[in-house]
Amino acid sequence: MTTVTMTVNGRPVSGEVEGRTLLAEFLREGLRLTGTHIGCDTSQCGACVVHVNGRAIKSCTALALDLEGAEVVTIEGMANPDGSLSRVQQAFQDHHGLQCGYCTPGMVMSAAALLQDNPKPSVEQIREHLEGNICRCTGYHNIVKAVLAASGQDVSALAAE
Amino acid sequence: MYNFDFVKPATLSEALEALGRDEAQALGGGQTLLPTMKQRLAAPAVLVSLNGIAEMIGVCLGDAGEVCIGGATPHAVVAREAAAHYPALAALAGRIGDPAVRNRGTIGGSLANNDPSACYPAAALGSGATIRTQSRDIAADGYFLGMFDTALEEGEIITEVRFPVPVRANYQKFVQPASRFALVGVFVAQYADGVRVAVTGASTEGVFRWAEAEAALTGEFSREALAALSPPGVEMIADLHGTADYRAHLVKVMTGRAVAAA
Repeated sequence: MTTVTMTVNGRPVSGEVEGRTLLAEFLREGLRLTGTHIGCDTSQCGACVVHVNGRAIKSCTALALDLEGAEVVTIEGMANPDGSLSRVQQAFQDHHGLQCGYCTPGMVMSAAALLQDNPKPSVEQIREHLEGNICRCTGYHNIVKAVLAASGQDVSALAAE
Repeated sequence: MYNFDFVKPATLSEALEALGRDEAQALGGGQTLLPTMKQRLAAPAVLVSLNGIAEMIGVCLGDAGEVCIGGATPHAVVAREAAAHYPALAALAGRIGDPAVRNRGTIGGSLANNDPSACYPAAALGSGATIRTQSRDIAADGYFLGMFDTALEEGEIITEVRFPVPVRANYQKFVQPASRFALVGVFVAQYADGVRVAVTGASTEGVFRWAEAEAALTGEFSREALAALSPPGVEMIADLHGTADYRAHLVKVMTGRAVAAA
């Protein structure tokens, strides 16, 4: 076992891990931050997306030890300091952007990463950006709507058809 | 996956030393290797991360105007930083996998793996790129040796890839929608001395140059120049996503689209 140290949601953390310990496992089992979900464990579904040094990655396909010293943000770090939901999270609630909720942590992290780079994305850009996040409930429509709303854009044209 | 010793050297020389250990394997972004190890199709005893070697990360311009990309540079960085110098290459990098995969996967990892459906091999072969390792320069024409096979020797690391910048170029990928790999992808690049056409996703031997299309397009760079050509005479991949005939047809269609868009 080796000690790994990183900053998670602004807090310095460390833990004992094996070479093969995935970031997702370190977060969930080492730190008990179980908001990061493992859906497929094959880097296809995106439920495990977190931010590492400001960029979205799939935490099931990165080794904890490879991220020594990194700044990690998980879904637990997304709420506002006063505990209220962040803009993206609130928009998912307002626009019914989730049903079972399993994919939601990854969806929120991917959406937040998109809005960092592109504050006013088009519907097409939102859909393209979420290619690596799979949802089996919603049909994506309300997720796209939520992200559009979180960017402060008018969603009336996206009424359910 | 089976456990292993993990090391993350800060310099190339330390990495080479670590790769000298028994059953050591280099790790790029891990977007292919880690899933492969989870399936126990690979079980290295030592994993040597190349992600901590600063000199191997980034995009710059060489003396001859070529675009030089460090071997450990993620796709997303290439998509951003090469856009002004070689737009077709940047666009290709920006459509590999999905955004999260592009933030981890590296050019060196992709080229070392040489997946028969990967995008980067088409860019490297289609541009006549040079693959630079710690010990030598390998021309793309002599680098890709077949499915998952390259000219790299044991312990050899891709430190940099150098792309000559064409007059114009374009990459067209027909996406396999579940994996986002190329069902067929065609990279077309026009240089002063001729046109290069590289095809990925189609052949059972991996990426290849379509010589007849290159000759036709060197004569006249237009979609019409391809009209009379038969599909390339290589053995095409046939699987549940597409038959051999379907892929052969796609090669010509995607080549035409790349020419039209270049």
